[in-house]
Amino acid sequence: MYTSSLDAAFAALADPTRRAILARLAAGEATVTQLAEPFEFTQPAISQHLKVLEGAGLIASRVDGTKRPRRLVGAGIEAMDEWLAMVREAMERNYDRLDDVLAAMEIDKSKERKRDDDDKDDT
Amino acid sequence: MTMTKMTLKTEGDTHVLVTRRFAASPEALYRAHTEPKLIQKWLLGPEGWTMPVCISDAQTGGSIRYEWTDGKGGAFHLTGEFLELEPYSRILHVERMHLPDPTPDNHVETRFDAEGAGTLMTLRMTLPDARTRAVMLASGMERGMEASYVRLDGMI
Repeated sequence: MYTSSLDAAFAALADPTRRAILARLAAGEATVTQLAEPFEFTQPAISQHLKVLEGAGLIASRVDGTKRPRRLVGAGIEAMDEWLAMVREAMERNYDRLDDVLAAMEIDKSKERKRDDDDKDDT
Repeated sequence: MTMTKMTLKTEGDTHVLVTRRFAASPEALYRAHTEPKLIQKWLLGPEGWTMPVCISDAQTGGSIRYEWTDGKGGAFHLTGEFLELEPYSRILHVERMHLPDPTPDNHVETRFDAEGAGTLMTLRMTLPDARTRAVMLASGMERGMEASYVRLDGMI
């Protein structure tokens, strides 16, 4: 079901840098220094993005000496996937109904053709 | 059964792209997207929801208003305007959900392209910015499709 943490997760994903960070973390754990490398951002700027991702439950960190490597949190990503699957399902249900509506329109149309002698059927 | 699998994906920072194939003509699809009596039969989202009010004034500048209810006290509505209409191939409209506060404008271009004996529908939503898209996908679509064009929806 929809939750505020899911809202936070989607909002966190609205930023291209944060999406890139997640993509990097999908390849494995990384430190702030490693994460900052591909971007033209300072480490504090990257740390700010990491804080948002962490708050949204998408990443977590552990202590390794003086470093705090970050990793993806599967549950957060799965919750978003599940949510999108629900959205997709609702739309798919609409379009399945639309299939039926279109089929019924086709039937109505052929009835009209039968009624109207002047209407030449060109199919 | 025909191959009608829907695709839903995000494009760039502000777009959502939905595609779906139908075993019907572009004309039938266009009518099903613009005539109230037809829209009320399918644009409903989850089981149990109905659309008792449907205004769809299909002309440039014409109004759109859809009201949904679940019959158990749940209700919300959408308003919008038609911006460009090209029968039977393209519709450009803008819409917003009222939850009850209006969501930011979602510009939606719907194309119907004949493909074989059927039609390929391509729906492209444009949101004002990335955050709006994210929030729409997360919450607005929940209610809209309550969810239906997740609804979109790339969006996503």
